[in-house]
Amino acid sequence: MSDVINTKRSKQQALGRYGRVGKTLDELDDRLGVARGGRTFMDKIFPDHWSFMLGEIALYSFLILLVTGVFLTLYFIPSSAIVTYHGSYAPLDGQKMTQAFASTVNLSFAVRGGLLMRQMHHWACDIFVGAIVIHMARVFFTGAFRKPRELNWIVGSTLLILAIVNGFLGYSLPDDLVSGTGIRIAYSIILSIPLVGSYLAFWVFGGNFPGTTIIPRFFILHCLIVPLIIIGLVSAHLFLLVRQKHTQFPGKGRTEQNVVGSPMFPVFMAKTTGFLFIVGGITALLGAFAQVNPIWQFGPYDAARISYAVQPDWYMGFLDGALRIWPSWSFHSWGHTIPFEVLIPAVVLPGLIFNLVFVWPIIERKFTNDNAIHNLLDRPSNRPKRTAAGVTMLSFLGMLFIASSTDVLAKFFNVSLNDVLVSMRYLTVIVPILAFPITYRICHEIQALHGGGRRKTPNVVTRSEEGEYSATPSPRYVDDVPSHLEATPVPTYIHEESDESGDSGVRVVDR
Amino acid sequence: MTDEHRTPVSLSGLPANDPHLQPAARNPKLVERVISVCFVVGTLCLAGFGACYWIDAQPWKLGATMGGGLLFLGVGIVAWGKYLMPRGPFVEERHTLANSEADRQAFAAAIVERGGGVVQRRKLLGGLLGGGMGIFGVVALFPLLRSLGPLPKDTLQHTDWRSGSYVVDQSGRRVEVGDLAVGSIETVFPEGTENSDRGQAVDQTVLIRVSNEAFTTMKGRETWAPHGYVAYSKVCTHLGCPVGLYEQELQLLVCPCHQSMFNVTNGAVPQFGPAPRPLPQLPLYVDSSGYLRSQSDYHEAVGPGFWERK
Repeated sequence: MSDVINTKRSKQQALGRYGRVGKTLDELDDRLGVARGGRTFMDKIFPDHWSFMLGEIALYSFLILLVTGVFLTLYFIPSSAIVTYHGSYAPLDGQKMTQAFASTVNLSFAVRGGLLMRQMHHWACDIFVGAIVIHMARVFFTGAFRKPRELNWIVGSTLLILAIVNGFLGYSLPDDLVSGTGIRIAYSIILSIPLVGSYLAFWVFGGNFPGTTIIPRFFILHCLIVPLIIIGLVSAHLFLLVRQKHTQFPGKGRTEQNVVGSPMFPVFMAKTTGFLFIVGGITALLGAFAQVNPIWQFGPYDAARISYAVQPDWYMGFLDGALRIWPSWSFHSWGHTIPFEVLIPAVVLPGLIFNLVFVWPIIERKFTNDNAIHNLLDRPSNRPKRTAAGVTMLSFLGMLFIASSTDVLAKFFNVSLNDVLVSMRYLTVIVPILAFPITYRICHEIQALHGGGRRKTPNVVTRSEEGEYSATPSPRYVDDVPSHLEATPVPTYIHEESDESGDSGVRVVDR
Repeated sequence: MTDEHRTPVSLSGLPANDPHLQPAARNPKLVERVISVCFVVGTLCLAGFGACYWIDAQPWKLGATMGGGLLFLGVGIVAWGKYLMPRGPFVEERHTLANSEADRQAFAAAIVERGGGVVQRRKLLGGLLGGGMGIFGVVALFPLLRSLGPLPKDTLQHTDWRSGSYVVDQSGRRVEVGDLAVGSIETVFPEGTENSDRGQAVDQTVLIRVSNEAFTTMKGRETWAPHGYVAYSKVCTHLGCPVGLYEQELQLLVCPCHQSMFNVTNGAVPQFGPAPRPLPQLPLYVDSSGYLRSQSDYHEAVGPGFWERK
């Protein structure tokens, strides 16, 4: 009798041990079979290194873009129809402008929370592209793109291109004086492509510049098509990440065959949710306190007007810089023109850069003959050539970026515009060339540094019975540098055997 | 923390009292207090955001309350995860993604032998279907591309300036010979286009009056600048920005986009910057009533270069 009760109770206990939640999960598992997979997912390990959160910044700023973007679509009117503005922003009262511009001004001033949402959207975009670039640099310099992750490198690089493209499209939508000039430049760039340029430009713009179709078209691209592709590729990016698991830096207990860190649930989930809130909070604070793209100060677009210091958003800067400093080499013969002065800096150059990015994993494999699977990351200093190549590319892009503000630099430093332009031409060539050997050298120096790049270990201070204090460094953390990359210790003193007399005159220093 | 605690362990089957499952904080009580302060402040901020929204406060107040709220909540959650949850480190084994040789062979066989065999045996069908798909792929692009816009034809080669077009300013007023002071500049259009998109984008022209009444920019253009009125296309030959800045002392037209500079006195030859060609000059004359009019269209295509540009 008592046996039966006991079994019953134990059965009940076994059933009801996890209460309602357990019951729900059981029901779910009956239908979908999620228990084992779900458990594995809850146990998924995320490395704790700070550099792994750069991608998260990109992801979360993209979420913010989606949310704020949906808000903006409710009030923005993608139309080039001309209206006369009579709204709450008095200085523009009575001016003729496109409906796109008028509705942007309206949603900034007349819609509750509109200005905040617009500024957050713009800031989130700048952060989005920036986070992608820094995340990409991390992946590059640590060699995380190596086999088996080449495909994810390509997916990620495509995402960068799409982010830049969509940033430009969105920046163009308000049809203000500065962005309209940007559209005109984009039109001229398409026009510069040999043979098909004028056809492409007419197809994109529905006729000659400016026409009335470009704003609605950009709107569909910006709000539907490109975001859909981005969402698809982000999903693929994350799927590949889960399937192939994270890379990790070498360290204690970390091998090519495991991942060390915090589990998905609850530790990582808490950290990453908190991080989403932090990114959102910082974006909101930027939106509140840092004015960005005040289109009402630029005024509506008018193809015959222009303003000083016309610059695109930061991620387009390298293109603008290249256009500024490229010499005016145009081909003109046999009744045809090839505008090399536009074609090379604005079409060929970005094409080359992004293609180089795409094929870099293949190039590196060719040179190193390294076909192994890598899950442990490199320290950048241990791969001097790759690091130097990356720094060269970044410094080249950086110089182009600086070149996009030649006029502002000339004004700020009160020097001749001509001098700024000529020196930027030289610097854009010289700085990357110098960057390679300098980075290469620094990497080797860091390698040679005994214990370089390690965390400092505490000194243990002991007091002897005689009252003498002595400090001994505690043993190093074994997990910092893989042993095969250990630098050879350099002898710090010459130990000379004392001769018979016992007084060689050489003092033996003991450390 | 002893060395043993730094050794990563597997999460499954860990006893509840294992040090890896203990919080990382040395003083969990204190951390908990700090986190609860964060949560309280965050919640208050978000409530404040609601209140600000309700009363339609200034945007910066909306942003400050929302940003502050999210930031405090976020910091609290991160601190909770970092200090009060199992400190680890934990380890997860990786399984090789590659399958066994037998699996690979079977997969390849399924595709090559089973699938390929079907096509090999029915070469005609395969070829026909391939051809159909190819044609579909090509023609599917046609309506898409062709519907998007008209063909350029020669619209890029011409502007709306005609022989005898009246020169008007942005408000549509005809420019008379006495209108501009020496050294001043005006953006002008052929009459009737001053309010059209195309007029703004293509026909825009800068009219400058120089002091020399018998001014000639270059050989063969002796009659183009009556009474010192010189007219150049305002569309930059680099990327099409309006060449809107006039540096009177140096007689330069400057494009603010990429700093191309054109010399007004010698036919707008680019003196600096990336522009490859001079701005086209518009031949003008003064009619018997004293109005400025154009002798003809520009003699070349205006604006940036393109393949068909002669």
